[in-house]
Parts: sequence; C-alpha cells; structure tokens
Amino acid sequence: MAGQEQKNTAGRTEEVEVPEAPAPPSPAAAQSTAATEGLDDLLDEIDGVLESNAEEFVRGFVQKGGQ
Amino acid sequence: MTAVRVMGAETEYGIHAPSAPGSNATWLSSQVVHAYALVTGERAAGGAEARWDYTDEDPLADARGWSMPRESAHPSQLTDRPDELTAAQIALEGGEPDPDRDPANRDPACGDTASTGNGPLMMNMVLGNGARLYVDHAHPEYSSPEVTNPRDAVAWDAAGDQVALAAVRQIARTPGLPEVSLYKNNTDNKSVSYGSHENYLMPRQVPFGDIVSGLTPFFVTRALICGAGRVGLGQDGAGAGFQLSQRADFFEAEVGLETTIRRPIINTRDEPHATAEKYRRLHVIIGDANLSQISNYLKFGTTSLVLDMIEHGTVPQLHIQNPVLSLRRVSHDTALTGLLTLSDGRRVTALDIQWLYLEAASGHALRSGAGAADGGDGQTHEVLRRWEEVLTQLAAGPAAAARSVEWAAKLSLLQQYRERDSLTWQDPRLALIDLQWSDVRPEKGLYYRLLSRGRLDRLVSDEDIAHAVGHPPDDTRAYFRGRCIQRYGANVIGASWDSVIFELPGQRRLQRVPTREPLRGTRALTGALFDRHAHAADFLSELLDTPR
Repeated sequence: MAGQEQKNTAGRTEEVEVPEAPAPPSPAAAQSTAATEGLDDLLDEIDGVLESNAEEFVRGFVQKGGQ
Repeated sequence: MTAVRVMGAETEYGIHAPSAPGSNATWLSSQVVHAYALVTGERAAGGAEARWDYTDEDPLADARGWSMPRESAHPSQLTDRPDELTAAQIALEGGEPDPDRDPANRDPACGDTASTGNGPLMMNMVLGNGARLYVDHAHPEYSSPEVTNPRDAVAWDAAGDQVALAAVRQIARTPGLPEVSLYKNNTDNKSVSYGSHENYLMPRQVPFGDIVSGLTPFFVTRALICGAGRVGLGQDGAGAGFQLSQRADFFEAEVGLETTIRRPIINTRDEPHATAEKYRRLHVIIGDANLSQISNYLKFGTTSLVLDMIEHGTVPQLHIQNPVLSLRRVSHDTALTGLLTLSDGRRVTALDIQWLYLEAASGHALRSGAGAADGGDGQTHEVLRRWEEVLTQLAAGPAAAARSVEWAAKLSLLQQYRERDSLTWQDPRLALIDLQWSDVRPEKGLYYRLLSRGRLDRLVSDEDIAHAVGHPPDDTRAYFRGRCIQRYGANVIGASWDSVIFELPGQRRLQRVPTREPLRGTRALTGALFDRHAHAADFLSELLDTPR
C-alpha cells in the first residue's frame, strides 16, 4: 500500500494544485450568484451542525476493513 | 437498447460511536440490526426478521439446524451459525460490553424484553420490503431488493438510508447504549475502505471478456457522473486535496475475484443467485455510495445501458492504457482536463470518453426505439437525457454540476468554506465536512442540509422513499420475499435472494420455496394469492399445487 502511494507521488503533486484554481465562470455560476445571499445563511447553518472539535472527531472515525 | 434490467444495490455504512471510542465494530453493527428489528417489531405483526438462507441447493434437512428460535439461544450456543455470527461472539468474548448483562436493556420502554434484555445479538434480517439488513464484517449492510430500473434502484437504495436512520434513532432511545452514527461513505481516510456494490443481471452467454473490455474505459471515467467526492488523496487520505471518488485510490487491479484486498476494476465473483445456466450477476464494486439521487440514478442507469451495448455488440471499442493508474488520475483531476492515453495513441479527457459512451448509447437507443420519450421503455430516454445534461454541465466546470453530481456538490460546499475561512485542504474542518456530508441523520448530514434548502436536484420524493421502506418492488421476486415476510413473518424462518423457507406449526418438515427466476414472484403473478390467504399454510398449499 505504501509502495503504491509512493509510486504515484509525482503524478499527484501536479494534481494537488488543481482544486486551488478558481472555478471557471459558467452559466450555472451566474445562476448561483442569485442564490449567494443564501450562502452565508447556509454556511452559518452548517457551522451550527458540525461536530465540535473537528480534528478529534475526524481522528476518532476509524473503521475496520470492508469490501 | 434499454436501461431496464434486474439490478440492486448494496451499501455498507461507516459506523461510529463517538462517546464510546474503541467499541467493537461488529458489536455496534449488530446493535443496528437489532435496533431495526425492534422498530419493525413495533409496526409489523409477527415481526419482520428472518435468518439468511446460505444454502442454495441443499435439501430442507440441512436447514433443520436453524429451527430453534434464535431468540431462545445465547450467542455462544449458536454453534451452527455462519461466520458473521462467530465474529460477534469473538467480539463479545473479547470483553466488549454485554447488552444481556446491562440492566438498562431490560427497560420495558425499549421493547419486548424477550427480544432485547435476554435476546442474542441479531446479525441478519430480511425486511418486509425485500431487502436484507445484516452485519457484514464490521459494518451494517443494507442490500436492496431486486428492482427492474434505475429509478427504483434510487428509491430502494435511499430506503436503506431511512432504515439506517430508524436504527440510529432507536439506539439513541435505548438507555445503556452509546450514541451511534452511520455514514453512507466508503472510507475512514485512514487506509480502510468499505464498499457499495451494484448488481446487474445479465444473460450468461455474454462472454466475460466482452464485459471486461466494454466496461473498463467506462468505469475508469464513471466517477465524473457519480463520484461522491473525497477530501484527501491516497488510501490514507494524507495527500492534500480533493478528488472525485471515495473509492478510486483503493483499486489496484484490472480484473479479479477479491473485494477486500487488491480490489479490481472488474470483479469476477460469479454467484448468480438465480438460474445459473441462464444468468450472470455482474457484481460491480467500483462505485461510491451515493446520497445524490441524480448521481445514483446515473450510476445504475448508464451502467445498465453500457451493459446493453455490450450484449448487443455496439459498445465503443476503446482501450485505455494503464486503467488502474488512469482511474486514480481521473479521480484526482477536479479540473477535468487531464489526458488519458488510448492504446491507439489518441489522448482524450475522461469527459471525452463519457461523451463517446453517451453518443453510442443514444445511437443504439434511437435504432431500437427504447429511448423514445413516448412509446419507449419509460427509463432509457430519461437516463440519456440526464446523462447528457450532466456531461454538458461538467464541460462548463464542476460548479455548473453542483445541483446534480455528488462530488461537484460537495466540492462546491467545501470551496465556499475555504473561501470564507481561508482554509487549506489539510484543515480538519474540511475533513469533517466530508465525513458529515454522509451522516444519515437529516439534522447532521450535510447532504440533507443542502437538499432541504433546495440546492440539490432530486428524482424521488420523500413519500416515494417512505413507500420503498415499507413495500417491496412489484415487479421482481423481491415482491414475493417481502410479502412473505410481511404477511407470514411468524412462519418464515429463513430467506435468501433465491429462497424463502417456511416452518409451519405442527409440521416437522420445513418448506423451502425456491425463487430462482428474478422476474417471477411479482405482484402480477402472486399478488392475488397473498391477498386470498391470511395463513401461511393455506398460502403454501395453493402455491405448491399451482403450476408456476
């Protein structure tokens, strides 16, 4: 598994930067501008439901193997 | 050319008890099954539980060992049980909390004492909607009933999420048990993955090599339309970034039998659960568990169309070089601009490959007439329309697909967080958003928060899903299985995909009814028979005397 990861390190490094790029403008992006006023509301709402102490919670989510 | 075929979904849920770290996962999973048995026991006369029939061909006598009512035996007495129960026993003997000894579980408020305080752990149920709910390894798994089309696949798969939710609620009401969360995802981001599998019925005579060559390029690029999205790169998620698929990094082979190690793009498990000479059940292990209805619909619908092209020899002839590495590159390429190399030297994007498959499917459907808006088969036209719509959106960038494609919806939310709070991809809050996206509780699950705000498209209503929780599909053998459980549950001591086993009062012999034809046992063929008989003995008497 570790070997597998290492082999792909080169390929991944260039991929990592991709999500950093801003999304290109698009028809739907324009549409979503109309919904932008609801955006802060949405993030506020999600702030309210996220488990507290993200780091600890995520670290604690450990699964046994599956299919 | 049609998207209509017998299909089904299997979902292993991630399971977590934050207040009881270190809880044994098998024990926790058995609590989920147990909890759902209590819930259905409250609303279904005779209960709705039955053991799984692991024997396909064995005579009835082989099932005799199961004739003792499970609730009267302690887990350690059940030496005749399948492997999955042994795992629970091991867990219990390893010093896990013993619910039998917990006085809180004898609280009458939590249900029938006989089935809780003194009962053994429950590892398997056959549900009244024809599904199976059981403990698979260390996860609760819901296997949907067989359906005939992608829309029903979405409804009966989503029904499983409601089953999971009902179990979580029941556990939360039970004193003495830790709060349990269930997640419809596929990895813990710590090198472990668990599956959501699809099953498609195919004619046995289709050469397996055709399936491999026809499906591989499609599967390498399918995450574009139905990836669930994941924060983290690599099996352990340590690489910074976002990718389209939960599962892609866990695939290490092109073709193979395994499902838990060296996972292959094409799985060769050959367990038809039906008349083996006629059918193959294609077991697909590469998909992500989907909450997004559009992604889930396209996952089943497009795959069924591609299989139809394989069966008719019209599938695009493409060969991607290094499919395993390409699968991963596609998943890591959120800009959708990366190029894959075909064996003929052409360099194409994943989106190009999806367009090639869509065009071939559209042409084939046009020729056969199945894809017509009116007079078609009622499914193919919609699958093709949605497929084209989503590919068009993706061509404009992920943001344009944020209402329909699950990974794009998740990425859009994450990007909003990143912009507001200037977060890097390593920030644990983004990992938490990824995890909590799939929490089955609507007040906690971020997918459900977006859905309730109208930010995601949907195909089936909450009413449709509630119906699918309580009813089997009408048009497959799941109807027979589900109605048997609902109507004669007290007399059904076991069931499987291709059998239902009855134990009648005063009869020493068990009655095993084989259901090896997936399109028999439908409402049209057996509905009146169920309606005519309130008692299992009368039902069986007429059933077995009647040529079917």
